[in-house]
Amino acid sequence: MSKILVIGQHADGKLNSGIAKVVNAAKAIGGDIHVAVFANDGAAVAAQAAALDGVAKVLVVDRAGNDDYVASAIAPQIVALTQSGGYSHVLAAGTTSGKDFLPRVAAKLGVQQVSDIMAVHSATSFDRPIYAGNAILTVEAPAAPAIVATIRLASFQATGAAAAAAPIEKISVDAVIPGHTRFVSLAAQKSERPELQSATRVVSGGRALGSSENFSIIYSLADKLKAGVGASRAAVDSGYVPNDMQVGQTGKIIAPELYFAIGISGAIQHLAGIKDARTIVAINKDPEAPIFEVADYGLVGDLFALVPELEAKA
Amino acid sequence: MKALVSVKRVIDYNVRIQVKPDGSGVVVDGVKHSVNPFDEIAMEEAVRLKEKGKVTEIIAVTVGGQKCEETLRTALAFGADRAVHVKVDEEIQPLTAAMALAAVFKKEGAELFFLGKQAIDDDAAQTGQMVAALLDLPQATFASKVDIDGGKAVVTREVDAGLETLEFDLPGIITTDLRLNEPRYLKLPDIMKAKKKPIETVSLADLGVTAIAGLKSVKTANPPKRSKGVMVKTVDELVTALKAKGLI
Repeated sequence: MSKILVIGQHADGKLNSGIAKVVNAAKAIGGDIHVAVFANDGAAVAAQAAALDGVAKVLVVDRAGNDDYVASAIAPQIVALTQSGGYSHVLAAGTTSGKDFLPRVAAKLGVQQVSDIMAVHSATSFDRPIYAGNAILTVEAPAAPAIVATIRLASFQATGAAAAAAPIEKISVDAVIPGHTRFVSLAAQKSERPELQSATRVVSGGRALGSSENFSIIYSLADKLKAGVGASRAAVDSGYVPNDMQVGQTGKIIAPELYFAIGISGAIQHLAGIKDARTIVAINKDPEAPIFEVADYGLVGDLFALVPELEAKA
Repeated sequence: MKALVSVKRVIDYNVRIQVKPDGSGVVVDGVKHSVNPFDEIAMEEAVRLKEKGKVTEIIAVTVGGQKCEETLRTALAFGADRAVHVKVDEEIQPLTAAMALAAVFKKEGAELFFLGKQAIDDDAAQTGQMVAALLDLPQATFASKVDIDGGKAVVTREVDAGLETLEFDLPGIITTDLRLNEPRYLKLPDIMKAKKKPIETVSLADLGVTAIAGLKSVKTANPPKRSKGVMVKTVDELVTALKAKGLI
């Protein structure tokens, strides 16, 4: 039977909401599921992990500096715990933090990491997206010495609450932590708008907006809908909005419940970034635009008239 | 200070990829390839550091078959001084690539290693971190700002929660994100000049690396197709539909 170590990533005393999804992926693999919390003082986070259905045990490794989740400091502790605990699987959420430290763990264990698992076939066989989700690759991973994988959060539901909390155990690990890297600061995004990648609704504008001033109608609609704001590569390349708003293969890949593509024709590289959106609404003056091939709701017409009307009526 | 930059040859981001009917992979023959876009950003950053006098020599490196020479020529046109081609004909996975790149980094005595945060073909996003692990060196992934001074790197990283800043002692590994810079357009004279710059070819064996078998590809499939939805005529119709589904 598999023995699965889930890394309980956290920030500000809160377990990352993605961990409940990672636990669900672990349940699909099947086996004993342990969550490891690496923190300065992990008691509060451990209690949250212990309340997740499917978790057999929570391990807490307290160490000053662990809250910062510096990859070169966290990875050796995970490696030591994986080896001492004889784990068959090490799973982390496919967040920027999981993507940062987990390949370091895999390399130290001498195994190839499975990135972004989107479906579990067996304890060793998984689906993962390649080419920005334009193809799905099924892989078979060698069971020994361990399978190291990140979980694509958009592909899994969260596990529920446990009937009874799992036991919590404080442990120490035997790892050498290098002093060459120091955490300096974390500047949280100041925007009042939801962050593009976690927003449940996103409104994006394309080249048809014509200028950065005209983009105000996109922001305005987004604010009404409490949505994040994105843009096509064409809009970014035209200088209407900054680079970090780009949605697409070379920008952000997002999976909101509701996505508005406004004045976006639907280039391949943009579509690659919105594949997992639940519902896509497209507004474009060109009825032949490729975006209408994937949109759940299409509306042909002048966006400068339709978007303000939508804002007023939504 | 020497900087190493890795560049990978990938299918161009504008190409609609096609899954082979037998599920053995995607069609690569006769398809336009170019430098992985994130690696261009890595290259650009190294060139800017050289222009500022922080870096004295830039070495481009790639791991792959004969055709990857074009990729190295592009890197040389960007401003790399010379290139190393780790020639491998079979497909390799990130850990093997990382072992080869780590060996080149050590051999060259470089102090900075720039890599794209991920390649847009396998989307693994592992290689840079693995190089750092193999060499026990610092890493700063998803960089959106890099300052090099006094034997230290201060790197701002794009993380889910916002912008994180790390400081590390050189040597170290930096993987580059979209916001770091905008790669320059290559000019014809630079492309011509690049043809004369030296490329050294080495094998995995020369570097003392044995390929790791790693993951077995079972099959490649098309993603579930999105079905075409409905066309609405008016904003009212749209709003009614979205409200009926509880979306707004």
